[in-house]
Amino acid sequence: MDAMTNNPGTLADPVEFYGTKVNSRLLLGTAQYPSPAILSEAIRASGAEIVTVSLRRESGAAKAGQSFWQLIRDLGVKVLPNTAGCKTVKEAVTTAEMARELFGTPWVKLEVIGEDDTLQPDVFGLVEAARILSRDGFEVFPYTTEDLVVAEKLIGAGCEVLMPWGAPIGSGRGLNNPYGLRSLRAHFPGVPLVVDAGVGVPSHAAAAMEMGYDAVLLNTAVAKAGDPVRMARAFARAIEAGREAVLADPMEVRDMAAPSTPVMGRAVLGQ
Amino acid sequence: MKIIVNGEPADTRAGTLADLLAELGLTGAMVATALNGAMVRAVKREATAISDGDRVEILAPMQGG
Repeated sequence: MDAMTNNPGTLADPVEFYGTKVNSRLLLGTAQYPSPAILSEAIRASGAEIVTVSLRRESGAAKAGQSFWQLIRDLGVKVLPNTAGCKTVKEAVTTAEMARELFGTPWVKLEVIGEDDTLQPDVFGLVEAARILSRDGFEVFPYTTEDLVVAEKLIGAGCEVLMPWGAPIGSGRGLNNPYGLRSLRAHFPGVPLVVDAGVGVPSHAAAAMEMGYDAVLLNTAVAKAGDPVRMARAFARAIEAGREAVLADPMEVRDMAAPSTPVMGRAVLGQ
Repeated sequence: MKIIVNGEPADTRAGTLADLLAELGLTGAMVATALNGAMVRAVKREATAISDGDRVEILAPMQGG
């Protein structure tokens, strides 16, 4: 909200990542869909303007990557390459460099994974890799935790966007630490914040937006739904609803009831 | 000459990284390459010799979250 004018903004206001304005506040992953056709249709239904992609080994025989890339290009969306699966700073930095050449974008969703069961970010490696890549001209979208001190270090390393997890990747648990996410939002009022990972159903995404998050990045919740296209649409609506709600300035929570129907003028019908 | 391509042992007669891509039918494909863990830019592939025991990675766009 703009305190000087008391103007909360409008639903149509774009979100800005490293100077690039986008209208959709839903960033969608491209993995695990039942088919390429459903992937395309889900992206269209979601209205997402940014999709995440990765780099994997290409076989000369199958050339799977070439047809996948054609599909993404045909959709006309911006790509956010990731360093998914990287466990060391060196792996992540080299993967980011290869992605920059391949996709022709300085954007990178930086993942340095520290633990296999939770796919929790190795925040120490993350900060180091973010510093190396930012110095080299990358525009880093770090996949991080909701830890405030780590977030400060990432900003110090050159990150202008933060992407805290809601819950472990692919878990669908939603926002595990609402207090931590709220604190992060309050602590960095001017930094674009994206909840990335762990979102399971549209209400989780709406809740993130109601906290004032700028956008939500998700994949499995749409790709693994029984009807991914319909779920993509549901998420788009939930994110819009959450955004509209935060612009509308929600009421304060109270511990005790407060009658909504006026007490004055109530008939006395007892004895 | 025996090298490792994308983690698999391979026999090749290619002298350079560009030759190797041609052998694999990947000339002109949208791929990024690394030799022994270091990225090799597309413009450097013709000038990059490969030797016995080298590890080559050939990566392409893929689905990701």
